[in-house]
Amino acid sequence: MTRVAVFVLLFAAGLLRSQDPPPRGKKLFETHCALCHGATGAGGRGPDLARPALPRAPDDESLRKIIAEGIPGTEMPQFWQLSPGEAGDLAAYVRSLGQIAIVPLPGDAERGRLLYEKSGCSACHIVRGAGNGLGPELTDAGARRNPDYLRESIVKPAASVPPQFLVVTVATRTGPAIRGLRVNEDTFTIQLRDAAGRFYSFRKAALVNLKKETDATLMPSYELKFSSAELDDLVAFLASLRGEL
Amino acid sequence: MRLAALLLLSGAAFAQVPFDRILKAASEPGSWLTYSGNYQAHRFSPLTQLTPGNVAGLKPIWVYQVPEPGGVETTPLVFDGVMYLTEPPGGVAALDLRTGRALWHYERTLPHDLETLGFGEVNRGVAALGDMIYVGTLDAHLVALDARTGALRWDVQVADHKSGHCITGAPLAIDGKIITGISGGEAGIRGFIDAYDAKTGKRLWRFWTIPGDGEPGNETWHKPDSWKTGGGPTWVTGSYDPALKLIYWGVGNPGPDWNGDPRPGDNLYTCSLVALDADTGRLKWHFQFTPHDTHDWDATEIPVLLDTEIRGRPRQVVAMANRNAFYYVLDRTSGEFLAGAPYAKQTWAEGLDDSGRPLLLPGKEPTEPGNLVWPSLQGATNWFSPSYDPLRKQFYVSVREMGSYYYKGEAEYKTGSFFTGGGERALDGDAAWGAIRALDVATGEKKWEFRLQSPPWAGVLSTAGGLVFGGSNEGNFYALDSRSGRPLWDFQTGGGMTSNPISFLLDGKQRVAIAAGHAIFVFGL
Repeated sequence: MTRVAVFVLLFAAGLLRSQDPPPRGKKLFETHCALCHGATGAGGRGPDLARPALPRAPDDESLRKIIAEGIPGTEMPQFWQLSPGEAGDLAAYVRSLGQIAIVPLPGDAERGRLLYEKSGCSACHIVRGAGNGLGPELTDAGARRNPDYLRESIVKPAASVPPQFLVVTVATRTGPAIRGLRVNEDTFTIQLRDAAGRFYSFRKAALVNLKKETDATLMPSYELKFSSAELDDLVAFLASLRGEL
Repeated sequence: MRLAALLLLSGAAFAQVPFDRILKAASEPGSWLTYSGNYQAHRFSPLTQLTPGNVAGLKPIWVYQVPEPGGVETTPLVFDGVMYLTEPPGGVAALDLRTGRALWHYERTLPHDLETLGFGEVNRGVAALGDMIYVGTLDAHLVALDARTGALRWDVQVADHKSGHCITGAPLAIDGKIITGISGGEAGIRGFIDAYDAKTGKRLWRFWTIPGDGEPGNETWHKPDSWKTGGGPTWVTGSYDPALKLIYWGVGNPGPDWNGDPRPGDNLYTCSLVALDADTGRLKWHFQFTPHDTHDWDATEIPVLLDTEIRGRPRQVVAMANRNAFYYVLDRTSGEFLAGAPYAKQTWAEGLDDSGRPLLLPGKEPTEPGNLVWPSLQGATNWFSPSYDPLRKQFYVSVREMGSYYYKGEAEYKTGSFFTGGGERALDGDAAWGAIRALDVATGEKKWEFRLQSPPWAGVLSTAGGLVFGGSNEGNFYALDSRSGRPLWDFQTGGGMTSNPISFLLDGKQRVAIAAGHAIFVFGL
């Protein structure tokens, strides 16, 4: 996005500030959106909406379109049942969330970056093309996840495992058991990737064991490895990653 | 030389489908003459060449890709060396059955202001009668085409698309008449079923699925005028009993969908099966599955006509696996409830009473914060077809095991807009799954189950050879042993299936076909 466009958006947001968001929009948000985007829209499983510019919705029309049609290929569903009036009120409320001041983070992002590199995070994660992609891509982690979620992912990584990182163990009659992440699955076949990044594809009928560990993750907990200050720094670094390549 | 042979074959009987031919569909197993294979809607092929012993050798014969992107939900018709199908966004194609090469296309320019409220821009197939092919359109017209060339023969407006009316289902062709339903259950339409003269397109009768002022049934709409925007769409093809001369057609949800407050009462004939006199469109009987529905559980599933013994007595019945998760058996001469049982997880009813009316559990209505209920809005099954296997007395159904948080919202009627009053958030991903289930046709008792990765959007076909064919969201087309449900063959088509399989003969060899992704796949040994 060009600087001019950002300026225009901020200007537009400034105009909106003078109007109170419709109460119906708040109610609709709490009903349909808060579960993923958080009660205040600060993000969670879904991205942080409490900011002045939304990357996928540069204007109100595109925001209403996303609400009505969802975002294909993501976890954002469509809310076609909302009347145009309801979608408009909801969009206005989402816009108003960007006016809430975001609490500054206690950590230092630069120290966090050094800690990230020193601790070997890039063995499983990619930031701007560097690292290995076993775990989630983090280039835009700060745009997708709020700081509380990022902190929890480091301290208690099993608390919220995205569906595409489900841990499975499979065993054939002959070979050793393989534990890895499920990459894809249909009724008859399953594809997975182990910690070394190797891909496997099996016919389920050929497996003697197929175990889905719904509460497991390959990400270790760093609760005891980092000091509280180090955690703050790491969260600040991850929160600063907004998708710039 | 093969071409010459085909031309000869075609010249002898090209594109003539008199009523009598559809009536005797069972004696012509090489063709697929009507949406569900026969008037009784069995989606059963009497062909026996493919068996549990040889189906593992099934391979693609040809693939036809539709020219425009869009969902393909069509059930093709097949006769006299030609396959007829609908393709997005509003077209019809005739294909050479040997190669899949197009013989003609009918293209329709849709109005720029067309909006499908509550569903995709899809179509489920054509009807054939005489030398014509019939199709309903997204802008709510019924169109007759010349079967030889695709040229337009007549085009009538069934309803105004600007008020949310739309046609997605295949018409039903009976003796001299074309029957069509209508979509618009999320737009506050007043639903109907229409009959048109097959030759001229003149409307012969209309049955309103919501009775008007003073008519029996109108008293089930307690608030004045609530019936006028009460929904009751009829978007899935019905079945026909030529001996009783009755048409059986499912009626969809009341409007608004999830907020029942504006429409207290049972809301007849929404979420019901209606039996209509084919000559007059007069109501012979009705049966309401879900009185005062608030979960969008349309009864627009396929009504399957069959004769079976119920508690020791031979009966002429109509069976339906309903979206509300119950399987029903009714006397099709009278509508009398004979049997009913859940065939999937449901948390909204204790069971059915002696008349088949659900015994409601308290606290299962949609709420503002959301209320978790099974099945989901899309139901334990949906429009995709079940299959009745008369040899094994089994009813096969594609089952969706999925719950939903149901939300209640406001609803204000405005012509051509959503009139829904809420919505759902489904428990998806690994929390949901699917299955093909074989039910005892008389009782609904489960005989076997084959599990699917996710809740399916494809129907099933059964064959006299002992196979059940189905499709998955993940692109698998597969065959099961109809005795046990054991998988015998599968093929990854690369596109999800939101369609129904068919079977026919090509040069004397059994073929199976299904739409997957943006293509039609034909398989054979």
